[in-house]
Amino acid sequence: MAANIRWILVRRNASKAVWHLLAISGAIAMVLPLLWMISASLQTMAQVVRFPPAWIPDPIAWENYPTALTFLPFGLYFRNTLYVTGMVILGDLLSNVLAAYGFARYRFPGRDLLFVALLSTMMLPGIVRLIPTYLLFHRLHWINTFAPLIVPSFFGSPFLLFLLRQFFLGIPDDLTDAAHIDGGSELAILWRIVLPLAKPALATVAIFSFQASWNDFMGPMIFLTDERLRTVALGLHSFKGLPYMNSLYNQLMAASTVMVLPVLLVFALFQRHFVQGVTLTGIRG
Amino acid sequence: MAGEERLLRRREALYGLLFIAPALLGLLIFNLGPIVAALFFSFTKYSIITSPSWAGVANYQKAFSESLVSLSFENTAYYAVISVPLGIGLAFAVGMLLNRIKGAPIYRTAYYVPCVVPSVAAAVIWLVMLNPSVGLVNYFISLFGIKGPGWLIDPDWAKPGLILMSLWSIGTGMVLYLAGLQSVPEHLYEAAEIDGARPLRRFWAITVPMMTPTLFFHLVMGLIASFQAFNAPFIMTQGGPVRSTYFVSLLIYDNAFRYFKMGYASAISWILFVLVLVLTMVVLKTSSSWVYYEGGARGRF
Repeated sequence: MAANIRWILVRRNASKAVWHLLAISGAIAMVLPLLWMISASLQTMAQVVRFPPAWIPDPIAWENYPTALTFLPFGLYFRNTLYVTGMVILGDLLSNVLAAYGFARYRFPGRDLLFVALLSTMMLPGIVRLIPTYLLFHRLHWINTFAPLIVPSFFGSPFLLFLLRQFFLGIPDDLTDAAHIDGGSELAILWRIVLPLAKPALATVAIFSFQASWNDFMGPMIFLTDERLRTVALGLHSFKGLPYMNSLYNQLMAASTVMVLPVLLVFALFQRHFVQGVTLTGIRG
Repeated sequence: MAGEERLLRRREALYGLLFIAPALLGLLIFNLGPIVAALFFSFTKYSIITSPSWAGVANYQKAFSESLVSLSFENTAYYAVISVPLGIGLAFAVGMLLNRIKGAPIYRTAYYVPCVVPSVAAAVIWLVMLNPSVGLVNYFISLFGIKGPGWLIDPDWAKPGLILMSLWSIGTGMVLYLAGLQSVPEHLYEAAEIDGARPLRRFWAITVPMMTPTLFFHLVMGLIASFQAFNAPFIMTQGGPVRSTYFVSLLIYDNAFRYFKMGYASAISWILFVLVLVLTMVVLKTSSSWVYYEGGARGRF
């Protein structure tokens, strides 16, 4: 009897160990490319092409970073990207807060239908919009300006709108009703009562907005041809396209690391918001 | 009194419309407008320098007769049909695994991290990962005494290479499944266990049905995204070798921005648009037979 129970316990522990082992090896496999990127970015040329691959840089080739980052003006690319990303976050917050509040707090004819229409555009393949959008910006003489990347964000995005509306719906009406009775204007109520409560949702929107803008490649590539307007994403792509760069892996990885680190940092600081955002959008069935 | 009520109502509606006005304009200018405009341009010959001239269905006739077009659609379908189910299966499996063990938050972080890596950086990293002679992937294969394939330089292996890379970002799906699994009511499993249902039976009778809304969502969004895959093939292979990773998105890009055939490119993008829409509709239509909504609430947001 005792032996039997022990056997069950052993089996249970063994299966637990197997599950953990599986999870750990999967997790390592997922992180390995990033670890290798960092390691390779610090290796000398002689070491980085060695087979089997080396994991510990020896000697540590710090010079890869200044070499890679000054070969093309990455400092300028960073400033460009920061400007675009900052403006996009501002636009996304402004337009989607207003629209989400409009959908969550007011009743007007056709409201729910409009909301569903907005949401369902998320299911339309965006590539079909590419050419007319380009032609529109071309006609406005906005090609080779940051406007095509920034202006659309001031006109709402279904995904972020949905996220914020869900949050606003959870704020009790009593709070805003009381403010109405006290005679606050609509915008003042939104600004002073609703937004302070919605800080977590605003953070989530800002993070998703940052990520999308920082990572965007197709937009900058199509709308910007002037080298001085390049974003980091475009810069990395051009860097990769330089002659001989196909074999200068260490510098390529140094430039990649520099592009990845800011996003990783934001992720490390605000992981909770990433997960919440992703989960919230998946609740829709 | 009734008049005052109506006034209040009207005021409320006005405010509501005012608040959503930018988003509505955005819907028209940057979303629906361009889609309709693309349909119009698809019936014209348009090279930007000259104004569009009516061409009837010539663009569509050309698209349906060109072998490069059918090849790009085949490539895209191959990629989508394999990478989407694989991604769903793997994300679901990892979600199940993490739901079962302690310490899930740490693992969850590790599995999700690749999803925040910018696609250009991911493409550059995987270009080296998949390098046949110095890449990590072939190194790990070589540990089993097998010589790895040429991946992105071999026409037969380039698409599998891109599919393998796409599995690096299963994290988003995994987070969804993990959240879904954690919200399956425990009492369902307890009841099944009392009834003597074995683990496999519990999986098929409880877990899978409860997860079908998430699976369905993932399937639809995954298909839509993979049919438009652009960054990885554009950056890593430029459609090669021998056009083996020439996807529809690259065909559209080349025609629009290399050859300035805006009309022709619009026609191809509308063919892709209709194809994806039909696929989505098929999945939606069949969903009633396999997607289970608890409490019968359908179409809720």
